[in-house]
Parts: sequence; C-alpha cells; structure tokens
Amino acid sequence: MIRFENVSKVYARGARPALDQVSVDVERGEFVFLVGASGSGKSTFLSLVLREQRPTRGHVYVAGRDVANLSAWRVPTLRRQLGVVFQDFRLLQNKTVHENVAFALQVIGKPRHAIRDTVPEVLDMVGLAGKGKRMPTELSGGEQQRAAIARAIVNRPQILLADEPTGNLDPTTSLGIMRLLDRINRTGTTVVMATHDDEIVNEMRRRVVELSDGVVVRDEARGGYGEREAILPDVGASPVLDSPGSGTRAPVQTVRGV
Amino acid sequence: MRFQFVLGEVFSGLRRNTTMVVAVVLVTFVSLTFVGAAALLQAQISKLKDDWYDLVEVSVFLCPEGSVAPTCAGGEATDAQVDAVRQIIDTELTDEVSKVYFESKEQAFEAFSERYPDGYQGTQLTADDMQASLRLKLSDAEQFAVVSDVLSGRDGVEIVEDQRAVFEPLFRTLNVATLLAAGLAGVMLLAAVLLITTTIRLSAVSRRKETEIMRLVGASNLFIQLPFLLEGALAAVLGSLLAGGGLWLAVRFMVSDWLERSVDWVAYVSEVDVLRVAPLLVIMAVALAALSSFFTLNRYTRI
Repeated sequence: MIRFENVSKVYARGARPALDQVSVDVERGEFVFLVGASGSGKSTFLSLVLREQRPTRGHVYVAGRDVANLSAWRVPTLRRQLGVVFQDFRLLQNKTVHENVAFALQVIGKPRHAIRDTVPEVLDMVGLAGKGKRMPTELSGGEQQRAAIARAIVNRPQILLADEPTGNLDPTTSLGIMRLLDRINRTGTTVVMATHDDEIVNEMRRRVVELSDGVVVRDEARGGYGEREAILPDVGASPVLDSPGSGTRAPVQTVRGV
Repeated sequence: MRFQFVLGEVFSGLRRNTTMVVAVVLVTFVSLTFVGAAALLQAQISKLKDDWYDLVEVSVFLCPEGSVAPTCAGGEATDAQVDAVRQIIDTELTDEVSKVYFESKEQAFEAFSERYPDGYQGTQLTADDMQASLRLKLSDAEQFAVVSDVLSGRDGVEIVEDQRAVFEPLFRTLNVATLLAAGLAGVMLLAAVLLITTTIRLSAVSRRKETEIMRLVGASNLFIQLPFLLEGALAAVLGSLLAGGGLWLAVRFMVSDWLERSVDWVAYVSEVDVLRVAPLLVIMAVALAALSSFFTLNRYTRI
C-alpha cells in the first residue's frame, strides 16, 4: 500500500538528510507505528506519503502510484485516498462538528444527499452521535480528535495517516482514540501512526518502524516502543536523602520586620 | 463541482473583507472611468472628423501677380500651367482626388462678397485682389500629404493648403486630454492591480486553515482558488459597472442635455457610445482581476 524505495530527502543542500536511504513496505490493512525522537524523520515520512514534498532520491509508491512523479493536477486524486489526523486536531472553529466533517466532502464535490447520509453515520461510528451541532470549542480534547478522525475517514480512504494523534490527550482519552483507530484498521484501512507514546505502542503490539536521524533502525512485526533513556542520570544514592541531618547544616535564616 | 458551495465561500469572503472590497470597487471605478473618458474623447474626435472633413477641401492656390514664391517667377499662372496641373491631378492622383473644380478670381470675389457684403474690415477689394485656385475634394481626407507632395513646387502653383488645418488646434487639445485621461487611467489601473492583489492575499491568509484542510482532503486546485478568483473579479466588475453608469450619467446630463442645447451645430457623443464603451470596461475589469489573481494565487494557495 505504501512503499518507500531507498528514499532520501534533503531539505537544504549540504545539510544532514531528513531521510536517508529509507526502504519501508506497508501492506494493505496493516497498522504501523512510526516511532523515533523529534527530528528523526517521522513527519517527513508522512509528508512524502501525502506528497506535500517530493523525495530528493528514490521512489515513493502510495496505492500503486509513483507519488514522486505525480503531476500536480493529479495530487488531489491521491489525497482523496488518504485521511490525515493531527496532534492539534485542525478543526475549523467557525463550523460545527457536522459542518467540519461535511466540509471534507463538499470541497471534493460530493452531492448534497450523499453528505447528508454519510456524515451522521461517520459521527456515530467515532462515538459523536448527537454532537453534530456542537462547536469544536464545546467539545473535550478527545471528542475534538474524534471529530477530526471522522473528517479524515468520511471519504473512506484506503490509508489513514496519524501524526501523534494522542499527543495532546491524557492517557485515558488516548486509549479511547487508539481503540477507535484500531476499529478503523479492522475495517481494512491501512493506518500509519507517528507517535511518542510508548505505553500505547507497548500495549498494542503492532508493527513498529523506528527512525533515528533519518535512518530506519528497527522494523519489528510486533514490537514495543524500545529503550528509553532514564529521565535522571543514575548517580547512586544521594547522601542527603539517605541520612538527613548528618551533613553540614544549612545556615538558619531569620527575617526581621522592618 | 458544487456551485452553491463556491458561491457561499465567495460571499463569506466578501463579507469578511468588506473594507478592502470597497476599496477595490472604488479604485476600479475611478480608473475605468478615466479609461472610458479617454475612449469617449476619441469617439468624439472621430465623430467631429467624420462630420467636418466632408465639408472641407484642399485648395491649390495658383500664382497671383507679384508673388514671391519661386514657382511663380513667371508672374500670374497661365492657362497652360493650370491645364498642366489639372493633367497631373487626373493622371497621378486619380485614386486620391475624387473631384476637382476651378475657382476663378471672379468666383472667389463672389464668394467673398457674399460672406462680407460690406467689405472686409473697411477695405474695398475687387476681383483682381482675389486669388484663383483649384479646389480638390479628396476621397480620403488623410491623403493630404500625398497630394501636397505631388502638387507643391509645380510651375504656377503658389501653395497647397489643407483646410483641415483649421481644426488641428481643437483636435490637438482633445488628443492631449485623451492622453491625460489615459495616463491617469494607467496609474489608477496599476493601483487597482496592487489593491486586488492585496485583497486576494488578505482573503487567502484569513482562510488559510480552510484551504489547508481543502488541500489535505483532496480538493482540486480550481475548487480551492475559484472563490478567491471570483471575489476579485466580482469587486472589479462592480467597479466597472459603476464606471459605465457614471459615464452614462455624465453624457446624458452634461452632453445631451446641456452641451447639445447650448452649442447645437456640433455632433456629440451620445449614450449609445457609452453603451459601446461599457462592455470594454467590464472586460478590462475581468482582465485586471485575472492578472492580479494570477500573480497572487499560486503563491498563497499552492497544493
């Protein structure tokens, strides 16, 4: 469904490549986590799939198309087969939830009756039944993300790209979102999700592709998030905490009234 | 493509940007009024030429007695010389000259007496003070230079005069006025293009989120850009219609109702001429908007 063949992307001449000879093959119906530190190339990976950028070298195939050589006027056709979800939801604040989802269909010229039928169905599926008339600001973060997901899948795309969809959400809400993405995946949609959330990755046990400095360093079928450095360096037991009072005393400070 | 949706976007864009849209309407209005005024001035000039050039002739004045012109060294033009000149007109200028007649001194005196029955400024003139001439009616008044070239310098011909020269100062004034209007129009048109560009840019920036979503869900380029295009075009066309209306009112009340009554022997431009110019103004407005959009849109609503 998505195939990267020795793809390199260099933004500025002479700079370190954002992606370096990346070869990844995502099958139809797969659920893939894209992990790695900030700047490892996850976002570049997604924007190459969307053809917001072209690779400097190599080929990117999405749904059977050579995306790098796709002429500009055919890009919309490609994007109609892709759904995208972002960390910051990107809902239009002046439209209701229903209008936000309908917008995605209106702008690709879908007839009105089709929109009227599909939108409530999709809202129902993402768990926003009856909330179509709310404005985005009247929804919780999780609900906003559900609305954004509804917008992404309302046109039944073959591939759903998610760029840290749980990045702004608390763990419980994230869990709900992950269940939703999993359900969408089970209907046959290929899901590629870039994330930093190790708990989710470890729990889902799906394929994990880890990028580091633009290179694929790991590609495991049922992987975990991978090793993480400890937050504080391990310096051994602190004498102060172990035996309070045994070191030098801090000088007593007194405050006098003026 | 859902026309209604695009229209909705256009009107919400116009509402959001009212002040800029009003500015665009006014600037196109003023600039196109100048363009229209220039066009009407030219129409007036050609109308006057049509009217007046039919009335005028080319006069080939024949040598009188005592002329100092080198071609008149032999004294008063002889019949043989006059015949020679007529011969040349008949052979070399058949295409340019449609009619020739000879005005003798006596005929000239008659015409003169008719115009000044009491003598000219107190002088008493006789037929001998008049000058005989050949009067040429040209088939095309613009051909005077050719006729003059051929006939000047012939023996017996003192001078070749184009009566059109009488109108030249007036036409020159009108032409200068045309240039002035056209120059102002040019400056204003430039301002209009810049303003439309800015308006489209503002509109695009204020709707960046929408266009971003539209790009991502696969809306076509045309669909994304059409609302902006229409916004600019609509404002410009509105300006051009105002310009057309303004010119119509000006011609109706200033020319037809006032000038034509006070100076009635001149053919003036009429409302019909305005109707002929107005479509050109609308086309110009659309072209302006298209030009501005072309420069802006690809930068701000790229796929």
